[in-house]
Amino acid sequence: MRHLEHEILALRQDLIEMWKLVITQVTNAGEAILSFDQELAIKVTLRERKVDAFELKIDNACENILALYQPVAIDLRFVLAVLKINADLERIADFAYGIARTLISHPSLILDAEIISETNLSEMIDQVKMMLSQGLEAFETEKSELASTIFSEDNTVDEINGKAPELIAQYIQYNPDRAFDCLHLIGVYRKMERIGDHCSNIAEEIFFYVDAKILKHSQIDILE
Amino acid sequence: MSTIDARNVDFYYGNFHTLKNINLEVQKSEVVALIGPSGCGKSTFLRLLNRMNDLIDGVSITGTILINGLDIYATSVRVDELRKEVGMVFQKPNPFPKSIFDNVAYGLRVNGVKDKALIEQRVEESLKSAALWGEVKEKMKKSAFALSLGQQQRLCIARALAVKPKVILMDEPASALDPISTTKIEDLIHELKQDYTIVIVTHNMQQASRVSDKTAYFYLGELIEYDKTTTIFTNPQKLSTQNYITGRFG
Repeated sequence: MRHLEHEILALRQDLIEMWKLVITQVTNAGEAILSFDQELAIKVTLRERKVDAFELKIDNACENILALYQPVAIDLRFVLAVLKINADLERIADFAYGIARTLISHPSLILDAEIISETNLSEMIDQVKMMLSQGLEAFETEKSELASTIFSEDNTVDEINGKAPELIAQYIQYNPDRAFDCLHLIGVYRKMERIGDHCSNIAEEIFFYVDAKILKHSQIDILE
Repeated sequence: MSTIDARNVDFYYGNFHTLKNINLEVQKSEVVALIGPSGCGKSTFLRLLNRMNDLIDGVSITGTILINGLDIYATSVRVDELRKEVGMVFQKPNPFPKSIFDNVAYGLRVNGVKDKALIEQRVEESLKSAALWGEVKEKMKKSAFALSLGQQQRLCIARALAVKPKVILMDEPASALDPISTTKIEDLIHELKQDYTIVIVTHNMQQASRVSDKTAYFYLGELIEYDKTTTIFTNPQKLSTQNYITGRFG
């Protein structure tokens, strides 16, 4: 095996490991907010440093491969895609951390099961977890078609996020004493929606890596 | 009209079918890199473009090669006239055992130019175009062998430029040079493409990607893929090309 292939395999393995860690972070942050589990939220915040360490390691490995091996074609697309996916995963982990911090900073936070159910928070969390897992599978198997469903799932996430403020506003009208808690709830929706956006970015990078197709801003021509 | 237009070119060394149905066009002021593993036919193809293979026993060619619309294998074409239009630079610098000045003036003199002022002017122009003038203008009468290898190669390029060719062929022009001399040759190729059409054979993938506008990948005598260099090195259409440029070949 060529030396470059060893480097690429190692990079691939690191990214997959980081990806699984980020899925755990999102899963735990979601569970923590749904069940007001402070201990779980603390675990998420403690693991954040490990995600950051992975990001630095992968950035460094990409830089070394580009400088030392000058990859081309599929190898080049792989390294460029990994660089961007790495940044997306790190941002996703930041949002999971943010959700966990919300819970830790406001230990008296109480979210009514009724409003959580009405606004489909649990479904939204499941959806972004699924998007992350599908992205990982598409990356591991190099099957871009597996990533294509992520775009429509992101639309579902956006819809849930779009409807939530109105439902929460109505809820506040009838439960004004819960207004403060509800403001934090809106923050959680916003973070989940951003996680969905980053999953879409990752899906675009998988298409770039596997099929050499550029999907982002697809209606805009590249500036000459 | 393309500067170089090879159509259905087949070439044989005796019974050995070296090039198989090559079709390749090069436009004016383009730099085209020919890449491929040893024995793939890229140097043979390059040498067909100024009939360097003519003197080898038992070779035969079919198809046509047009340079600026002229069929260079037509019986009416004189090889010495063709080589004024199509200059060549080889892998190892091959200056003549003459002074720096006489090396560059050589092509003009053998073509009958006697006007001393014109020769001096053309020598200076050629050395400037080859980015060598500043280094040799004070020692034009010194032997060409006193120059470094990198300088000798630029001298050979100046010698090729002196007769004002339209096309320059380069057969691994930097493979014997150190990184600084290589960079100078590559920078020179970027400068020269304003006025010349250049075809370069190289085993160095990074060099091909740095200097050329288009890249042609040859394998076992066939032209497998010919496209913009950016496409070849980011998204080649053929698996064989990808395997070669990424080093997975073989």
